[in-house]
Amino acid sequence: MNSLRAAMTATWNYAGSVTTASLGPGVALHVVSGKGGTGKTTVSAAVALALASQGRRTLLMEVEGRQGIAQLFDVPPLPYQERKVAVAPGGGEVWALAVDAEDALLDYLEIFYNLRRAGSALRRMGAVDFATTIAPGLRDVLLTGKAIEVVRRTDKAAPDAYDAVVLDAPPTGRICRFLNVNSEVSGLAKVGPIRNHADLVMSVIASPRTAVHLVSLLEEMPVQETIDAVAELRENRLPVGGIFVNMTRPPMLTEEQLDQAREGRLPAEQIAALAQQAGLRQDAATVAAALVLEGQDHAQRVDLERRELQRIADLGLPTLTLPLLADGIDLGGLYALAGILREGGVR
Amino acid sequence: MRTSGVRLDAPLLGIDELLADEGVRIIVCTGAGGVGKTTTAAAVALRAAESGRRVCVMTIDPARRLAQAMGLRSLDNTPRQVPGVTSPDGSGSLHAMMLDMKRTFDEVVEAHADPERARAILANPFYQALSSSFAGTQEYMAMEKLGQLRARADAEGTWDLIVVDTPPSRSALDFLDAPERLGSFLDGRFIRVLTAPARGAGRGIGKLAAMGFGLFTNVLNKILGAQVLVDVGTFVAAIDTTFGGFRERADATYALLKDRGTAFVVVAAPERDALREASYFVERLEADDMPLAGLVLNRVQQVTLPEVTPEQALAAADRISDEDGSDARSDAGLTAALLRLHADRQRIAARQRHLAERFTAAHPGVAATTVPALPGDVHDLDGLREVGAYLADPC
Repeated sequence: MNSLRAAMTATWNYAGSVTTASLGPGVALHVVSGKGGTGKTTVSAAVALALASQGRRTLLMEVEGRQGIAQLFDVPPLPYQERKVAVAPGGGEVWALAVDAEDALLDYLEIFYNLRRAGSALRRMGAVDFATTIAPGLRDVLLTGKAIEVVRRTDKAAPDAYDAVVLDAPPTGRICRFLNVNSEVSGLAKVGPIRNHADLVMSVIASPRTAVHLVSLLEEMPVQETIDAVAELRENRLPVGGIFVNMTRPPMLTEEQLDQAREGRLPAEQIAALAQQAGLRQDAATVAAALVLEGQDHAQRVDLERRELQRIADLGLPTLTLPLLADGIDLGGLYALAGILREGGVR
Repeated sequence: MRTSGVRLDAPLLGIDELLADEGVRIIVCTGAGGVGKTTTAAAVALRAAESGRRVCVMTIDPARRLAQAMGLRSLDNTPRQVPGVTSPDGSGSLHAMMLDMKRTFDEVVEAHADPERARAILANPFYQALSSSFAGTQEYMAMEKLGQLRARADAEGTWDLIVVDTPPSRSALDFLDAPERLGSFLDGRFIRVLTAPARGAGRGIGKLAAMGFGLFTNVLNKILGAQVLVDVGTFVAAIDTTFGGFRERADATYALLKDRGTAFVVVAAPERDALREASYFVERLEADDMPLAGLVLNRVQQVTLPEVTPEQALAAADRISDEDGSDARSDAGLTAALLRLHADRQRIAARQRHLAERFTAAHPGVAATTVPALPGDVHDLDGLREVGAYLADPC
C-alpha cells in the first residue's frame, strides 16, 4: 500500500499543474458531473470519503437508478434508505442513498400533505409513474429536492444531519437542465406548491452552499464537454466548483528523453546493445526498433495530454489530478484516491 | 510493428463481409456513453460508401470537428451528401445527418395534422415539455427518423444502407425500451381517462379507474396546478384524432429492428462498466431474437514486441540501472526507462485482455473485432478511414 501511495503522489504532481482546490469550506452540497466514461461515480465516492475524514459524516447520493455506489463499495443494492457504506480514516462515516423519483414523490406527499396512504394507492395504480412522466421537470425537482432536504437538516441541527452531501449527478449533457429545476417547472407550473418547492430547491442550489464539480479525462471530447459545461453552468448562474482530471498516467520519460523521442533522436544502436547486455535474448535490432517506436508513441501521447491539460488550466478553476489505478478501482484504490483528494484540499 | 494488445478468443467480426451483404439495410451502433459509438458509426458508413454502398448515416451528437469533417455544419435534420466520398467504380455515396429530436417530433405532427391543429399542438405547453425534455423522446425520435429514412430509401431508392448512432442514454437498453415506454404512456390508461371527456361521456372509465381518478387528479392538481392536466388533456385529444397510436408507431419501428436486414453492432471500451453494458445489451438482443452482428472493442492498448514480457523487460531495466547507475541522461538510463514503458504498456494490455475474456467467455458465439487506442481524436475522413481499416482487420 505504501508503494502504491508513493506512486500515486508522484502521479498527482503530473505536469506540475495542480492547484490546491478549496472545495470544502462552506459547501454543503457537492454535485459531481462529467461526460460518460470519465468515472464520475468513482470520483463522487472518493470525494465523499475524503470529506468524511476526522470523524465527519457524509452522504453519497445517486439519482440514476444504476446502483453504481453499491457496486463500488461492494455492498448489496441500495434501497431508498440511508445506509452506512464505509468508514473513513479518523473515524468518519460515509452513508449512501439511491434516490428514486417515485419514492421521493411519496416522501414529498407525506411531508407536505400528509398523504402517505393515498400516495401508496396511487403508486399501485401506476399514477405516480404517470405523474413523473407527464412532467419531466417534476422528476428532477423531486430528486434534487431530496438532496436539499438532507442539506437542510443541518440548519435545523437535526440528529440525522450530515457534514456534507455528495451527489453523483447526471452527465454533463444534462446537468444544467437537471439542476435548473426552476426553469424546468416554470414551463409547467407557474404557481402552486411544486413551484414553491422548486424555488426552495433553487435557493440552495444557486448559492455558495453548492458547488458543481466536473470530472474529465485528458482526451479531446471529455475536455471539450467540460469547457462547454462550465460555460453553460455560468450562463445559468449555477456555482461551478472544481475540475477533477481523472485516470491520468504520468510521463515515464524525462523531459530530455521526451525531446529525443519527438525529434527522432533515440539512439537505436546503443539501445540494442544495452538491451542485449541486460539479457534480453530476442533479436537486438528488433527489440531496439520496438522500444524506439513505443518511446515515440509515448511522447505523442504526453504532448496531447499536456495540450488538453492546458485547456483545462485555462478555465482558471481549482483543478485536481487523479491517477489511473493500474488494477482498476477497488476499495483500496478508492481510499487512496480519497487520500490524494484530501492532500489536494478536499477536506 | 504495432499489434493489438487484445486478441479476442472469438470469431472475427468481418465488417467487410457485413457491408458486402446487400441484404443488410440497417446497421445500428450501440453501447455505453463515451465508448466511441459515433465515430464507429461514421467509420462504418464511410467504409461502406467507399466499397460501393449508397449510405446514409444518422448521428446523434457528434463532436464538432467530426461533424465538420462530414460536412455537417448545423443540426438541421436533413441528410446531406458528404462531398468527395465514393467507391472506385463511382457507385458508392455517403449522406450524413444529425438528429434534431424536437424538429423530428414537430415534423411528425405537421405531417399528420391539418395546419390549424398542428399549430395548436406545437403551441401546447405540455407538448413543448414532452418534445424537448422527456427522458426517452430522443430515443423515440431516433427510431422515428430511422423509420422515415428507411421509407424514403424504399420509395426513392436513395440509399441501400442506413447506419444509425444511438443516443447517449443512461443505459444502452433505453434505445430499445424508451420508444415503447413513451408509446404506452401516451396510449396508456391515465391519458385515455384524462381525455375521455373530450371523447364523450366518460366512456371506458372502469369502476376502479373512476374511483382512483378523482384522487389522482386531486393530487396532481395539488402538486402541479390544475393547468397542467388541462394542457395534457388538450394535447392528447388533439393528437389522438390526428394520427394513430404512438404505440403502433413504436411497434412498427421495433419490428424493423428485428428484421433480418438489420444488424446491431455493440461498441465497448475495454473497461468494466462499458463491457457490462455490452453484456446486458447482447443478452437482450439474444432474448428478443434480434440480429446481432458482433462486438467492436474500441480503444485497446497496442503492443509492440509482445514476446518481451513485462517481467523480462523490468528485469532487464533493473539490471541496466544496477550496472550503469540510474543517470537519466545516459543511454543506459534511457534504455531502462524505455523498457519500463514497454512493461507498462504490456500490463495495460493484459488487464484489458482479462476484461475482454470475461465478456467472450460469457458470450462465446459473439463475433468481435478491436480498434486500437489512437493517439488523438478522429476528426477527418482519413481518421475515419483508419478506424474503418482496423474494424475490418484488427491486425
